Amino acid sequence: MADASLRYSKDHEWVKVEGDVAIIGITNYAQVQLGDIVYVELPELSAELDKDEVACAVESVKTAADVLTPVSGTVAAINEDLEDQPELINEDPYEAWIMQIEMSDPTEVESLMNEAEYASYCEEEE
Amino acid sequence: MHKYLPNTDAEIKLMLDEIGASNIGELFSPIPEKVRFSGELNIPKGMTEQELDKHMEKLSKMNISMEDMICFRGAGAYDHYIPVVVNALASRSEFYTAYTPYQAEISQGVLQAIFEFQTMVCELTGMEASNASMYDGSSSTAEACTIALVNAKKRNKILVSRGLHPETRQVIETYMSGRDVDIQEVPLHEGETDYEKLAEMCDESTAAVCIQSPNFLGIVEDMDKVSGITEQNKAAFIVNTDLISLGILKPPGDSGADFVVGEAQGLGNPMAFGGPHLGFFAASGKYIRKMPGRIAGETTDDKGKRGYVLTLQAREQHIRREKATSNICSNHALNALAATIYMSVVGKEGIRELALRCANNARYASEKLIETGRFSLLYNKPFFKEFLVEAKEDTGKLNRRLLEQGYLGGYETKEVYPEMGNGWLVAVTEKRTKQEIDNFAAKAGEIV
Amino acid sequence: MSKLIFEMSRKGRRAFELPESGIPERAALELFPKEYLREKPARLPEVGELDVIRHFTELSRNNFGVDSGFYPLGSCTMKYNPKINEKVASYKGFAHLHPYQPDETIQGALKLMSDLGKMLSEVTGMDRMCLQPSAGAQGEMAGLMVIKAYHEKRGDIERTEIICPDSAHGTNPASAAVAGFDIRQVKSNKRGMVDVNELRELAGPRTAGLMLTNPNTLGLFEEDIVEIAKIIHDAGGLLYYDGANANAILGKARPGDMGFDVVHLNLHKTFTTPHGGGGPGAGPIGVKEFLYPFVPKPVIAENDGMFSLDYNRPDSIGKVKAFFGNFLILVRAYAYIRTMGGEGLRKVSENAVLNANYVLSKLKDTYDVPFGDRCMHEFVASGEKQKEMGASTLAIAKRLLDYGYHPPTIYFPLIVKEALMVEPTETESRETLDEFIDALIRIDKEIQEDPETVSHAPHSTALGRLDEVKAARTPVLKYNFGEEDQ
Repeated sequence: MADASLRYSKDHEWVKVEGDVAIIGITNYAQVQLGDIVYVELPELSAELDKDEVACAVESVKTAADVLTPVSGTVAAINEDLEDQPELINEDPYEAWIMQIEMSDPTEVESLMNEAEYASYCEEEE
Repeated sequence: MHKYLPNTDAEIKLMLDEIGASNIGELFSPIPEKVRFSGELNIPKGMTEQELDKHMEKLSKMNISMEDMICFRGAGAYDHYIPVVVNALASRSEFYTAYTPYQAEISQGVLQAIFEFQTMVCELTGMEASNASMYDGSSSTAEACTIALVNAKKRNKILVSRGLHPETRQVIETYMSGRDVDIQEVPLHEGETDYEKLAEMCDESTAAVCIQSPNFLGIVEDMDKVSGITEQNKAAFIVNTDLISLGILKPPGDSGADFVVGEAQGLGNPMAFGGPHLGFFAASGKYIRKMPGRIAGETTDDKGKRGYVLTLQAREQHIRREKATSNICSNHALNALAATIYMSVVGKEGIRELALRCANNARYASEKLIETGRFSLLYNKPFFKEFLVEAKEDTGKLNRRLLEQGYLGGYETKEVYPEMGNGWLVAVTEKRTKQEIDNFAAKAGEIV
Repeated sequence: MSKLIFEMSRKGRRAFELPESGIPERAALELFPKEYLREKPARLPEVGELDVIRHFTELSRNNFGVDSGFYPLGSCTMKYNPKINEKVASYKGFAHLHPYQPDETIQGALKLMSDLGKMLSEVTGMDRMCLQPSAGAQGEMAGLMVIKAYHEKRGDIERTEIICPDSAHGTNPASAAVAGFDIRQVKSNKRGMVDVNELRELAGPRTAGLMLTNPNTLGLFEEDIVEIAKIIHDAGGLLYYDGANANAILGKARPGDMGFDVVHLNLHKTFTTPHGGGGPGAGPIGVKEFLYPFVPKPVIAENDGMFSLDYNRPDSIGKVKAFFGNFLILVRAYAYIRTMGGEGLRKVSENAVLNANYVLSKLKDTYDVPFGDRCMHEFVASGEKQKEMGASTLAIAKRLLDYGYHPPTIYFPLIVKEALMVEPTETESRETLDEFIDALIRIDKEIQEDPETVSHAPHSTALGRLDEVKAARTPVLKYNFGEEDQ
């Protein structure tokens, strides 16, 4: 279940902030669009990324989608469970985080959407 | 009515009625008048089958085929024997009139054949995985270089040995011309890649090193030396090779190659004036999901029965579109099928015998030519089925003379390797008999 | 379940033989240093000749080709592959030519290529052809590189963008990316054609060119083509024609007359060369004279009736493959064009368009056809209505397998939901079309009455639906030999 404090990007990533760290995954909307996920190409630890840069990719049978990082910073952790069980993202997209970024500019989170904004954004996309 | 156009005039009328159009022209009304083509295309009147057959036969006879000459030229296309079984099977129309096997349930034939092809390529090359084929060896090599480049973030140098076929080197340049890359040529030393120079040139900005072995001059290169250098610098190691040579030679996978690519025309496909040939592409485990093109994978159906599907398609152009690393769509499926049948016929023992025969024939031919006193081996290095000699007679004249005697002589290297003087690259496959080689050497060695 | 050939292997069995040599045979160790030699043999099959024959014959019977049945795959042009073309392509004077033979021994081959080039120029309204690219995608890449080279030669290095419609085939943006361009997308309007207003805004000093398929991937002729060409040319860009749908317009319209500067053709679509289970094909490109200096080399030159290969092309983009092209494919296409003649080619397109419209008109009451009542050589229907009733386009496609058909193209183009693209081609008879139409109508009825029959299809194929997720999650890409032999 999505935590009410989560923030969302236009690209269907969710962000949970814990101190200076942003925990990032993809939303339910995204995993439904993708279908059965077959592979997650995780980012490299310690990689330095800018906001909206391609961090990694998620592949399903019928498509591959880039995951953009909604915030700038350094990759502090990656969810290695996804290497053998990429389907965890389909099963619970809000539990199966992909990467954790140590933010270089925590204010960037403020420009992301909140739960209500994201919900209406998704409706428009339909 | 034409034999390929079944609609009779009566049927056309019925169909137009159903559509609600008064004539066929109406169906083309969306074409603006300004760009409509009026009249007939200026192409000669159509021929009947009998006339066409005669015409094509005549056209084909304006060429001299290698069935009517004795071929001692290689340089990227080889006169290997094609067992009759290959064409008997590959010409089955369920194979050649089929489309790409996207609907797996009715394409298990093609998919299983691809799976077998992939397995055989992996066995010969010692690699983890292979794809379903590429257009040819040169584009296959270019694609390997591209993948290595794209995957080595922050590295933009590719080192390509001068031992690669000159056309492969050109194709690599063209393929990578749209990218920010520095392609540097590693020189040769005594007929093989200059390993010392390579060690100097290879550094932390090198994305990949690409060599060919046996190289264009037929010489077998020291892959372990190269992999030592690439490993040290964390550069990808790309080997372009001849699958037949791997009947006896060490698989590049055992020497740590990341990609093994090359031209497999010699396996069951005719020389065909240069095409269609057959590229293969094999990769180590690290790069499995980065391989271009089509790949067949094993799976099960809803009842647990084994079957095959095209897999890992998420990387392909029809899904990634502008983010795809490769734009390849078609492959050379039918040529790969021929190669699969060929490798099944040749088999485990046969591939060793075949490779040994080619190597022995080539060695023998080189000795006979040297015996005449008119040729000398340029480099004293182990070679597979091709070797480079320097001729006393101008190679152009030599070849013209031999042509009249019914031989296609060695490839003249002066234009592409000017540093090798009056070089003559001679190829000898298992098709060449002792008699042919003896006569060829005698004629070539004549003083005129 | 078919055995893999490796599963049929038995130690010592063989199908290979070599004549005796007379040349003393040296062992591998005498010819090469030990470090260069294989230690363990490659586990190629060990089977007899009859095993090989039976195995691959069985595989062929598990396959479906145009010769087996109707194959209405949109945008693939699955028309009949004439057998005479196979025969002539196997003549030794074509099949057994070494690419590096001296000119005087290959005049027939060069003449064929030269004549084919001229005929294809006539068909496309272009000035010159280059027959080197092995496939449509390779032709696209070559054509786009030609465009790039042209702009660079003029000193115009700002042109970094290629515009593609949102309905374009995936190879279009992929080829553009490989050629080093950024891609801008132009959307389709309500009529399914390029939105000319948006195009006007996208075209500018950074536009290198526009890639267009015409008829487009919805099977509709881009009626604003004259204006589209003007917009791009006025902005200083060039027009690229993706010839995948050329089967609709042979002898009726020519891309050269529409304003295109570069075209590619798919010989394995329009010109009957067989699909081969995925290839080989050929994707020759045609250009207007001003672009000829940039095409891949060599080109074919003619002097006093003698043909030769001209490598002296300083402005050429280089080579997209070794040698000259897929020659034996070119031979087949040549044979086809000589069979049909100019008038015959026109009839090909007329019948192709007639057949597609016939199928459309009989299906449109059952399946939505979002873009109108008429089409060119193919049309796109939507299975959205059916999906709401319980079976998606994928299911409909799988159910068609039970009826003995290869399904149409599905889920392409991306701009139509639950897309079903039907291209009958001109080589099919009215009865075949009627039977196919009946099958689709019956499937619609099945969805209404008992949707599971469709949603769980196929039922009658040797294999049921294959698990593509498993295949992608845990790829098994080669046979596992286990512990044997190694």
